[in-house]
Amino acid sequence: MAYYRSTVLVSMDPVCIDKGALDVKEQLIKELAKHNLSEEVQVLDIPRVGDPDTDGPDILVYPEGSHYIQLTPATVGPIVMEHFIKGRELQQYKAQMRDVTDEELGEPKDKEIRIILENIGKIDPRNIEDYIAVDGYQALAKVLSEMSPEDVIQTILDSKLRGRGGAGFPTGLKWKFARQAPDTPKYMVCNADEGDPGAFMNRKVLEGDPHSVLEGMIIGAYAVGANQGYIYCRAEYPIAVSTLNIAIKQAREYGLLGKDILGSGFDFDIEVRMGAGAFVCGEETALLASIEGNRGEPRVRPPFPASKGLWGKPTNINNVETYANVPKIIFRGLEWYTSMGSEKSKGTKTFALAGDVANTGLIEVPLGMTLREIIYDIGGGIKEGKAFKAVQTGGPMGGCLPASNLDLPVDYETLGAAGSIMGSGGMIVMDEDTCMVDIARFFMEFTQDESCGKCVPCRVGTRRILEILERICAGKGVPEDIPLLRELCSEIIQDSLCGLGQGAPNPVISTMKHFLDEYEAHIYEKRCPAKVCRSLITFEILADKCTGCTVCARNCPVSAITGERKQTHVINTEICIRCGICKQVCNFDAVVIK
Amino acid sequence: MTLTPNQLDPLDNPRMRQVIDSTISEYGDQNGALMVVLNHLQERIGFITKPMQAYVAEKLNVPVSKVHGVVSFYSFFTTEPRGKHLVKFCIGTACYVGGASQLIDKAKQVLGIEPGQTTSDGLITLEVCRCVGACSQAPVVVIDEVNHGRVKPSQFARILTEVQKSEVVA
Repeated sequence: MAYYRSTVLVSMDPVCIDKGALDVKEQLIKELAKHNLSEEVQVLDIPRVGDPDTDGPDILVYPEGSHYIQLTPATVGPIVMEHFIKGRELQQYKAQMRDVTDEELGEPKDKEIRIILENIGKIDPRNIEDYIAVDGYQALAKVLSEMSPEDVIQTILDSKLRGRGGAGFPTGLKWKFARQAPDTPKYMVCNADEGDPGAFMNRKVLEGDPHSVLEGMIIGAYAVGANQGYIYCRAEYPIAVSTLNIAIKQAREYGLLGKDILGSGFDFDIEVRMGAGAFVCGEETALLASIEGNRGEPRVRPPFPASKGLWGKPTNINNVETYANVPKIIFRGLEWYTSMGSEKSKGTKTFALAGDVANTGLIEVPLGMTLREIIYDIGGGIKEGKAFKAVQTGGPMGGCLPASNLDLPVDYETLGAAGSIMGSGGMIVMDEDTCMVDIARFFMEFTQDESCGKCVPCRVGTRRILEILERICAGKGVPEDIPLLRELCSEIIQDSLCGLGQGAPNPVISTMKHFLDEYEAHIYEKRCPAKVCRSLITFEILADKCTGCTVCARNCPVSAITGERKQTHVINTEICIRCGICKQVCNFDAVVIK
Repeated sequence: MTLTPNQLDPLDNPRMRQVIDSTISEYGDQNGALMVVLNHLQERIGFITKPMQAYVAEKLNVPVSKVHGVVSFYSFFTTEPRGKHLVKFCIGTACYVGGASQLIDKAKQVLGIEPGQTTSDGLITLEVCRCVGACSQAPVVVIDEVNHGRVKPSQFARILTEVQKSEVVA
């Protein structure tokens, strides 16, 4: 088995190639051979390292992470000599270090339990030995040496692990169905198409601890009887894709992927496939269509992927976080795992806290913790001492929950009953300055744009809802709009094929349920209570507070503000587009919304 | 990208043609190759013109209609060259709540173009994009694949001017 001490990634961007990257690579290989380093240092192509225009041709050297830029064949020799032989970085060709502080993931807060996020920031995701050092691949070794596929499935069933992508289907059951499917070959797919706006838990796991996902997939493949796996990752996550590719390559070199894994006779390999910016591909049948190279349109289920999936063959699909749970359950045992969580939802769940909460970022908590504990104890409450208005869970297919729901425990059943969903884990906190009609409109704009267009209720229905919401936000709503919205929502839910259509009305339904007064204020009084909807507000400058500092006038994007220096400024409401920049930049609170 | 809008189709440019051919031969043999090939072409060339789509169809032995169907379905695939620098506004929920629309207003004022358009000198293209997953740094603007977090409208004009200026120096 080949073991390289270093990896050199050569940027193969067309601009870099144009500037001579191929010659640089050729020279690099020659120089390494000259010093007998070909067995120790591997040279790989990568689509892009730095900015090709300013840096190219450039290389990235791992494990050190040194980025050498503006290379020519002549400068390669000294770099090989200094870096690989003398072991020191050659400063003159090195790029300035970029800031890599991980502000998305601080120290664990008091009530957090980190299992999935445990290793992130502590191990080097691009070095498999770091993962092995923290008991990585121990679970796989145990599975392959001591457990039958049926044992593995039974363990996962007993752990009560449920799909972390949001639907919460028991993972063990899914594996059992795929195992029982008579057809072969079978496929193992990882859904890394984390498309919900406001959710980035999966990105962090893929970028920070990719081997935990690979290990979970290999164990699952053994249980199901699959020999080929695919990780479908969204194109918005280029760093995750490159980290995964490095992890897969290293796992192959260590005999953890490929033929005869750890001498057990079991074969399995994984390939990363990239999405191309279609939200609907997070739906499992659309995802499979996309891997097959087609438009990402969902199809009718049944047949479920467990019997007919990728290329018509039995396919098991789980989310990134679900797979990452598997090695932990096997290695640390059922007793430990099932001690966390609620009756029906065991283990932990990661959430991305965002919006108007004091501590934004990733958190991981046992299932069953209340929303209040998450938002106030861990999230630190609402920013700037403002009042809590709503929390949005589950992304565009989820709902907005009001303050009266804050003491609900976060698990699949409770959130579902309250009119939202668990979803993949986005949690957006909104303060008193958020207009709920505008939020419903925002989500509907998203879903109508992302609807794949296959079925009419979703394609046309979401568009009609959006038009009505736009009308209400513009102050042109009529009383009939409310019953019309209700009717449209229920029709779309009833008649849509996939989860996108069935969930699309949720933001509208939940905001109408909990914040109907805001809809009514927009329709009957032509007033936006949160002072957000641009057609229903005007900006004014208070003469007694304005110091004439000119900051607002200089920042106004449409030059609607006039006034002499040290004189009170005035906003021309005819020109004003009500963007609110003046209010934001004013240091004297002189700009008010009427 | 170095191509400007009035240049030849990449197929007629020997260097680009070589990139296209090597991409197809590298990735064309696997199951579901079409998406993989298109993804790499989009990344390496920057856009996928109609002649390129026909060429890919012929090489992979699939109908042109299928290639076009896939290209038009996914928002990452573009059929026209973008400007040299790509400025993308994340309009995920956190960025939307955090003031992304104010940044877009500011960009419109500074550059005089709408999202989806390119400045007349071919330097900057404005786009809005789906959540880039950097929600704790909202609002986020992605300039040439580098995330700029917590951008304020008042700083943004300067950031844009720097992008324009970097070009003059180079």
